[in-house]
Amino acid sequence: MYTESPKPATGVLLGPQRLAVTVDAELDALQVEGKVAMITCGWQEREEEDRELHDALGSRAVNLNLHARGDAVFLDDRELRDAHRAKQDRLRQLQVLYRGRLEHAVAAVSELQDARGPADLIASEITAAIEAIRLVDRQHLARVTLLNRDYEDEISPSERPVVVLHRREIADILAGCGAVAIAGGNVATILNRLRLFGMHELLQGRTILAWSAGAMALTDRIVLFHDSPPQGRGNAEILDAGLGLFPSLVALPHARRRLLLDDRRRVSLFARRFAPARCVTLDERSRLLCDGENYRAGPVTRALCDGGDVVALETWSL
Amino acid sequence: MSLAIANLLRAAPHDDGAIDRFLRDHEFPLVEGTSATFVFRGRVDAVYLRHWVFGLGSQQPFNRLENSDFWYLTLELPTRSRVEYKLEIQQGDHSRWIRDPLNDQIAHDPFGANSVCAGEGYERPEWTEYDPDAREGTIEEITLPRTPFGGPRRLTVYLPARFRVSRRYRLLVVHDGGDYLRYSSLKEVLDNLIDRLEVAPLIVAMTHPEDRLVEYADDPRHADFIVNTVVPYMEENYPLYKAVSARCLMGASFGGVASLSTAWRYPGAFGRLLLQSGSFAFTDIGENRRGPLFDRVVSFVNGFREAPGRLAEKVFVSCGTYESLIYENRSMVPLLQATGMDIRYEEARDGHNWENWRDRLRTALSWLFPGPLWMVYE
Repeated sequence: MYTESPKPATGVLLGPQRLAVTVDAELDALQVEGKVAMITCGWQEREEEDRELHDALGSRAVNLNLHARGDAVFLDDRELRDAHRAKQDRLRQLQVLYRGRLEHAVAAVSELQDARGPADLIASEITAAIEAIRLVDRQHLARVTLLNRDYEDEISPSERPVVVLHRREIADILAGCGAVAIAGGNVATILNRLRLFGMHELLQGRTILAWSAGAMALTDRIVLFHDSPPQGRGNAEILDAGLGLFPSLVALPHARRRLLLDDRRRVSLFARRFAPARCVTLDERSRLLCDGENYRAGPVTRALCDGGDVVALETWSL
Repeated sequence: MSLAIANLLRAAPHDDGAIDRFLRDHEFPLVEGTSATFVFRGRVDAVYLRHWVFGLGSQQPFNRLENSDFWYLTLELPTRSRVEYKLEIQQGDHSRWIRDPLNDQIAHDPFGANSVCAGEGYERPEWTEYDPDAREGTIEEITLPRTPFGGPRRLTVYLPARFRVSRRYRLLVVHDGGDYLRYSSLKEVLDNLIDRLEVAPLIVAMTHPEDRLVEYADDPRHADFIVNTVVPYMEENYPLYKAVSARCLMGASFGGVASLSTAWRYPGAFGRLLLQSGSFAFTDIGENRRGPLFDRVVSFVNGFREAPGRLAEKVFVSCGTYESLIYENRSMVPLLQATGMDIRYEEARDGHNWENWRDRLRTALSWLFPGPLWMVYE
């Protein structure tokens, strides 16, 4: 289900867990009692291969199986499946068109960064060029939002009987859980499954622990990024709106590997492009705690700054 | 900038102490900007640099420093170059080829090992080295009992990390699989690129020829073997996508010829081709001058050039600019493009060797079978 501006969550966004598991310690720190619902739908068909997560969370972990539930829904409701596929196709086509516009807008900034002339004139031109990128981003997000809304208006996924059934089961499981842990994986899959089952409502008021793509899906804008991919120019791009439970930030998992954090120009452009949201790195052992009103970052959690630096974060209010 | 060797030559006397200090203070070959100085020390009659850089004389004589046992040679070495070489040492009537005793950088190939000189700006890509954090795929050895060659053939199969039978995978068929594994670190490359999401999870079938110069030279039995034995076996025994766009055939040198010739004989069997330093020798007029081993190759390539066809959807071609085959590969590109296939061509300042082919695999495979890099954050 596609909605906007929910109440900020309480919980913590973490760095990748595969090589440095911290979610167990975070659960203890948050004094979570009762069972912990796991969302591993980002792993797609490997959703059930959650033994390592079970080991970390203990016997209290229960997988919500959102990926399998989604498959079951689409198997049962072909009309919904076809409409969903058609929407996804349109979104993919839109993303390609957006990418093309974006490339020109980002190239303009790069050209100005290399320009010779009075520094003040160049600086104001760069500001204007970054504003042009922001406009492209805003327009894209608006179009994506519209496509999602049209889909929901047309097909009303939340009212389909099979979806209602699964949603009820999920709500029942969540009623016995003290927290929800959302793992990474394919961010589009996570977002689609969370929306399909109206998780933004079911997650309200619950303690959430999320990492990697799971963290990205909970912010208000999902930004895909890689500064040095083997193909393409490596321009970050907006995929969609997230659930907005952790607002006003761009989550950057694996930032050390994916971003050229020593490249001040790229860092500066990234930070200014998505301002006032804070672009927060979520590498191994990172943590960003949200109490619903304030963010508080752990020691290895950093933010990209307008000037091109990557700095430690202070506590800040939502 | 004055080269270190020039400074040594200017500073007399050239006694043993001065030479010892020079050798102690530098690493060799000594790369300074776009110059590389090779040195050798020993009481011999002559020293030559033996290399495989097409465009330079293959036997470059060293200079002797006065009457000392110190020999040196300075060559131009453009940035990002990588050159494999040996030293030829002549003593009386005898000469022998050795690896450079002052250089521990070595590249292996089926014929042994060579010393390596890396120019400024060249570094071995880190994704070609074992990464303990990368999930590892597995290797299976298979024997195909019946083949068009009359006897059994060995097949080495790579399964990606987290392989599961309920998924579908793309298929990469690799000529000279054993050499790619040994000399081009193919398993490490696949493990790393798949783990980093840059390449889609692949199943790789690596073939092992018995007489590659015959089998790869447009031999109909070989094309039959690949298309009618290897591919059906893989499809029957592994969870593969059936679409041709999910199938790639790859090879280097004569393996490049074998790949192209197989695709030519069975157009549409493979949607992707990866041709590395293909031995695409041809003649516009007159006889083939590369020797009888190339007769069948030249005949095939001439035929292909006469009537090139659309063999696949995407073709990645690479070649080293220091190879004798650079002309043939460059001239193949517009020919392939004219057929309407999607062609990507990459050159590197390297020779006809397995590490050149290794270093091109990231660009090639991520283009042919892109991974979910932008969507997956684990």
